[in-house]
Amino acid sequence: MNIVVLVKQVPDTWSERKLTDADHTLDREAADAVLDEINERAVEEALRIKEAQGGEVTVVSMGPDRATDAIRKALSMGADKAVHVSDEALHGSDAVQTARVLAKAIGTVEGYDLILAGNEATDGRAGAVPAMIAELLGLPQLTQARKVSFDGSTVTVERETEEGLTTVQASLPAVVSVTEKINEPRYPSFKGIMAAKKKPVNTVTVADLGIDAGEVGLAGALTTVLEAAPKPPRTAGERVEDDGTGGTKIAEYLVGQKLI
Amino acid sequence: MLDYRLDEEYEALRKTVREFARAEVAPVIGDFYEREEFPYELVRKMGAMGLFGLPFPEEYGGMGGDYFALCLALEELARVDSSVAITLEAGVSLGSMPIYRFGTAEQKRRWLPELCRGEALGAFGLTEPGGGSDAGALRTTARLDGDDWVLRGSKAFITNSGTDITALVTVAAVTGTTADGGKEISAIIVPSGTPGFTVAGRYSKVGWNASDTHELSFVDCRVPAENLLGARGRGYAQFLQTLDEGRVAIAAIGVGLAQGCVDECLRYVAEREAFGRKIGMYQAIQFKIADMEARAHTARLAYYHAAARMLRGESFKKEAAIAKLTSSEAAMANAREATQIFGGYGFMNEFPVGRFYRDAKILEIGEGTSEVQRMLIARELGLPRSA
Repeated sequence: MNIVVLVKQVPDTWSERKLTDADHTLDREAADAVLDEINERAVEEALRIKEAQGGEVTVVSMGPDRATDAIRKALSMGADKAVHVSDEALHGSDAVQTARVLAKAIGTVEGYDLILAGNEATDGRAGAVPAMIAELLGLPQLTQARKVSFDGSTVTVERETEEGLTTVQASLPAVVSVTEKINEPRYPSFKGIMAAKKKPVNTVTVADLGIDAGEVGLAGALTTVLEAAPKPPRTAGERVEDDGTGGTKIAEYLVGQKLI
Repeated sequence: MLDYRLDEEYEALRKTVREFARAEVAPVIGDFYEREEFPYELVRKMGAMGLFGLPFPEEYGGMGGDYFALCLALEELARVDSSVAITLEAGVSLGSMPIYRFGTAEQKRRWLPELCRGEALGAFGLTEPGGGSDAGALRTTARLDGDDWVLRGSKAFITNSGTDITALVTVAAVTGTTADGGKEISAIIVPSGTPGFTVAGRYSKVGWNASDTHELSFVDCRVPAENLLGARGRGYAQFLQTLDEGRVAIAAIGVGLAQGCVDECLRYVAEREAFGRKIGMYQAIQFKIADMEARAHTARLAYYHAAARMLRGESFKKEAAIAKLTSSEAAMANAREATQIFGGYGFMNEFPVGRFYRDAKILEIGEGTSEVQRMLIARELGLPRSA
């Protein structure tokens, strides 16, 4: 089975993440950049499918030049090749523009049966790109997968959301996005790191994909961040003295918060 | 050409091991340490990512890397915890390396693939209860009886010798007398479970408490003649080479511990307040941390230099001794200062610096004491052998 895996370089969740004051886009200088954890799981799932069934795993990523580090990591885990969309014009692109570019980039990969992605990135957390790509490519979408299995040309997914667990099926090719429960990703071995240096990475611009530079980037975005503020510090909370009515007071508080 | 930048694959390896140490080791190691328990699951994961095969060729299940790659992995592990670092160091540099370097084709085929995957561990039995750095004072004997070696004697402080996955111990033994009347020393592979080979209970140690260390005894322990490792009578020369490399690896562990102290202190002084301000605002604290960073950095350059000479096939005996001496003293000093900066919390087991403090001392002792390193450096400078 030939698989496309979408990966994204994000600021390390261990470091302080900031938006720039100028245009409210990600301040890439402020934090270390890493391959997004959820993408590591998507890559891991792709590799497990490949190890069981054979085929090829192609990594597709959109991001600045330094996103090659994230791509190299996916290749050192065991993916076979990569397509990297890198273009100054992409700065500030929103989810819809990103999905359009990635759909075109996926189109350059021949004969894929499956597109795997993380369900949402740890930075933007829109969680919409995999579904948008499926729409653009006219493929079935199976999002929030915690388990993926195959039977011939049918893919079955255990889909887990806050509402509960559902089993959904589609015929291939399809887009599947995975949650953090899907697997434990492997760490690249030194052999994998050495091998990754020799794997092909096809770097393309938006023009190479037949997209007009004016259609992407901050200026043409459908959504705009008007304002950004740091998360307020945690407040001290409310203290309830139990004079016999403690239980009632807690219940009232929870009702007030619409939690019960 | 002078260039201290590392190739990108070394940097990628360093980053991978750092992530592993931070995500997998840091959250659980304190509990293993406190329970004095060997972390089998972590060792399995280290094996799965190929750390035990780093310096060995792919034909034996290795990663096709080199000894410096091993050192980088050790440094990054030790930045978080020394017990797992020494388990890897002893497994590779003492357990597998002598077999790879001196073993027959059959011995390599039999042992290396499992050792490279970290599914089995090898140990190295040199030190005895009556002698450590004085390798010439060995008392354990092996006598050829028909087609068997028969071993008698005991070994002390042997890392990785008593785990559930320990496959073998390479034992240094006196196998006869040389032409000039000295001891003929040879190395013999003793598989775990061989009758007459007993592993005593675990030591109660000051540090390295999540690593495995035992005293071993051999009473009429028989192994086949072909278990001889390398040429008969070459044991001493083999150990000297093994120990020179091992010193560079121990230096890497010392640098990791020294850097780990800086990491912990930077975090702590940005949070902890005293007399109305963060303690990181005080120059007394800043100078301590600056000195700690300088020590870690200097020691890192020393081990890089020794490793570079080793990889180029040049003599590195003096450089290895300097690296090991500098690094272990840096580790000890940084652990002492880090504990001081943490104050009362530094004395509590719940913070890593207390563990670093307990783990640092052995670095000035194991694989040659600091005094032995100075002796080696003096000897390399052409000074006469002192008493």
